[in-house]
Amino acid sequence: MRLKFILGGVAILAAIVFLIATSMNASAEYFLTVDEVQARQSEIVGRNLRISGAVIGDTISYEPDSLTLTFVIAHIPGGNREIEAQGGLALVLHEAVTDPTRTRLTVVYIGPKPDLLQDEAQAIVTGQLGDDGIFYADELLLKCPTRYEEALPEQALEN
Amino acid sequence: MFIDFGFGILVLTLAVTLFSIAAALYGFYTGSPRWVESARRAMQLTFPLITLVALALIYLLVSGHYEVQFVYSVTSNEMPLYLKITALWGGQEGSLILWAWLLAVFTSAVTLRKWDRDQELLPWVIIVTAITLAFFLALVIFFENPFARWWILPDNTPVAAMFQPSGAVPAFPNNGEGLNPLLRHPGMIIHPPMLYLGFVAFVIPYAFAIAALVTGRTDDRWLRLTRRWTLIAWLFLSIGLVLGARWAYDVLGWGGYWGWDPVEIAAFMPWLTGTAFLHSVMIQEKRGLFKQWNMILVILTYSLVLFGTFLTRSGVLSSVHAFAQSAIGPMFFSFIGVTFITSLVLLFHRWKDLTATIEMKSMLSREALFLLNNLLFIGVLIICFWGVVSPLISELATGQKITVGPPFYERATSPLWGALMLLMGVAPLSAWGKSTFTTLGKALWKPALLAALTPLMLAALGMRNWVALLGFTLVALVIFVSLHEYWRGARARQKAQGEGFLTALARLAARNRRRYGGYIIHISMVIMAIGILGIEIFQTETQRNMAIGDQVELAGYTVRYDSLAQFPYSDGRFVTRAVMSVFKAGEFVDEIYPRYDLYPGGQPMTIPGVRSTLVDDLYVVLVNWENVSATQTPFKIYHNPLVNWLWIGSGIFILGYLLAAWPQKENG
Repeated sequence: MRLKFILGGVAILAAIVFLIATSMNASAEYFLTVDEVQARQSEIVGRNLRISGAVIGDTISYEPDSLTLTFVIAHIPGGNREIEAQGGLALVLHEAVTDPTRTRLTVVYIGPKPDLLQDEAQAIVTGQLGDDGIFYADELLLKCPTRYEEALPEQALEN
Repeated sequence: MFIDFGFGILVLTLAVTLFSIAAALYGFYTGSPRWVESARRAMQLTFPLITLVALALIYLLVSGHYEVQFVYSVTSNEMPLYLKITALWGGQEGSLILWAWLLAVFTSAVTLRKWDRDQELLPWVIIVTAITLAFFLALVIFFENPFARWWILPDNTPVAAMFQPSGAVPAFPNNGEGLNPLLRHPGMIIHPPMLYLGFVAFVIPYAFAIAALVTGRTDDRWLRLTRRWTLIAWLFLSIGLVLGARWAYDVLGWGGYWGWDPVEIAAFMPWLTGTAFLHSVMIQEKRGLFKQWNMILVILTYSLVLFGTFLTRSGVLSSVHAFAQSAIGPMFFSFIGVTFITSLVLLFHRWKDLTATIEMKSMLSREALFLLNNLLFIGVLIICFWGVVSPLISELATGQKITVGPPFYERATSPLWGALMLLMGVAPLSAWGKSTFTTLGKALWKPALLAALTPLMLAALGMRNWVALLGFTLVALVIFVSLHEYWRGARARQKAQGEGFLTALARLAARNRRRYGGYIIHISMVIMAIGILGIEIFQTETQRNMAIGDQVELAGYTVRYDSLAQFPYSDGRFVTRAVMSVFKAGEFVDEIYPRYDLYPGGQPMTIPGVRSTLVDDLYVVLVNWENVSATQTPFKIYHNPLVNWLWIGSGIFILGYLLAAWPQKENG
């Protein structure tokens, strides 16, 4: 009897590991920076990727009828720690946008144009890299560090 | 003045709590009941003390003392009174105070009971709850102080601190930032306290379990004493989760109710272990099995509650990225680690005492099926946990950060949910001790036959998705089995007692509340599953830029865009609101008003226009976009079949719970 239960438990455990492994394969998203995308282009075409970069304002174009949004992002470091070490998100984004030598990536997204899509915003795009080297995003998240700054406003300083 | 008063009382509370720990320890090791009594009184004192702290903070919130940084960050002059009060849990500092206050309430309640038979457990119940309380108080005092004030340093930079930094002058802002607009929703006002009630109430069973382990009183006394606490914790946690889902559906405007966000999962994980625990304690009570397992579950639940508090404490906007910067991260991890490991060491120390005297005999017995239920819940837990930590693990192991999204959780957990539904259908029919396929088959065949008609009917109606067909069959099986059990029980009573059928039914349920309430809870769960299957499998969506007069069709509905209004509202937000007519088969059926409100400071809130019926929801979102105009308005339109059953099921859940948990004389 005991053996039966142990075998049953092992079978369930194996099933769970199997479920995790197959689901990981099907839906894992790889975090990459724009530099890494450039370097590993051939091996990552078609995979689910999540890429973070700085939005270059002049490149934003929007076709309202087909809801097609195109813009270019510039490389920024991937880790929070590196970003902090380089002076914080706002500064890192600013430098990325103003530095013409940075690696860049064109992103196409179908959907309404979000408010926060503006120059020097951080875009986090999820989707796939096409054969043409353009990134086709299914999901677009934006962060504007300057917008939600948590400091005491001027009026408090005056008092 | 209220600032110093509140902070002073807070520090005093910590001192009282620490005294309580010391007194209880001393009393336990010297065998002196007077010291234990002293510890107990000290713990009871924490309740009025933290109440004073909370009241002081609420006073500061309501009266607009924006020189307090916490008040500044969650309230503003424009907010109505009720929001200023509930802003207490709109930020991290205040929600930690709420946590501590709830724990003080529960601990006082538990120490007030008569302890005569369980005197030896008392000191350790006090020690465990007091250590937990002291941890939260220390966090609040040293890291997340809600009473910290704004100061202006000599170089003119503002800083928040409790005590005056040298050379600094106090700052008095005349308005605050205001509560995040997303949190200004009725669902958000009661969702966090519900979740916290659930979280905190689980501390009590854990404290009793540890007391049982330390004192060696490893019979099931601790389980019986805390059964009600477990049930209360589970109820509030469940309600909290559903309210959160409802809030997401009503306010977030992405067409769904659950996004497998790490924060959501963090609140969901203790529910999984809690639900497993709720089932497996029955086995220990009835058969004396699973003693070690129950200990593991209650320890896991406690750790997951702490983990969940840690991840959710700052409300909606905290994400995996936000908490890394918070000072309390390492503190939380250390505390979770230390309590978890200490608990496990204690458990292994008593492992032998907890060994069951009997063995399981049959793979189909009720206890074996309960074990399977537990393993499945733990399976879901493992998947969730893996999903949350996979970015960390993959980065450590390969240097490549990998995240998983909703498809991962949906794929990996859905077979387990299916298996759990099957168990809900089968397990209530199996007998304790020994069951065979024959006995089980005898009890099962009638409802199973009825359930088997479901997919045939649905297929005849044109449903071809096999996952949905299987899912709805399992739903039907659980409903039929549960109703059949009611019917069978009532019939038997009717014959034996000569009562009318309805009387028999009512008495049956009243005499076996836990069992028959449990069946209703099972039914409510699968009714919720109807909604989940509907929206997950059959949701369709489209998006369109529309001009006034344009129409769009989706799933048999036609939506006509009639007009657009844009106007400022008295509390400072700017409202963009569309009027749309909904037609079905050419007939006008409803008018809906999708809108988005832009709050001062640029924070948007999207409120969908929804036409909701028992069959489906038509859910229209006016996409938040600056240059919205009458000729170009972006809309997202979702068709969410059956989703209403998710909320209906939640209502039935509460009814079933009330039946199951209504106080009843012990031997019932």
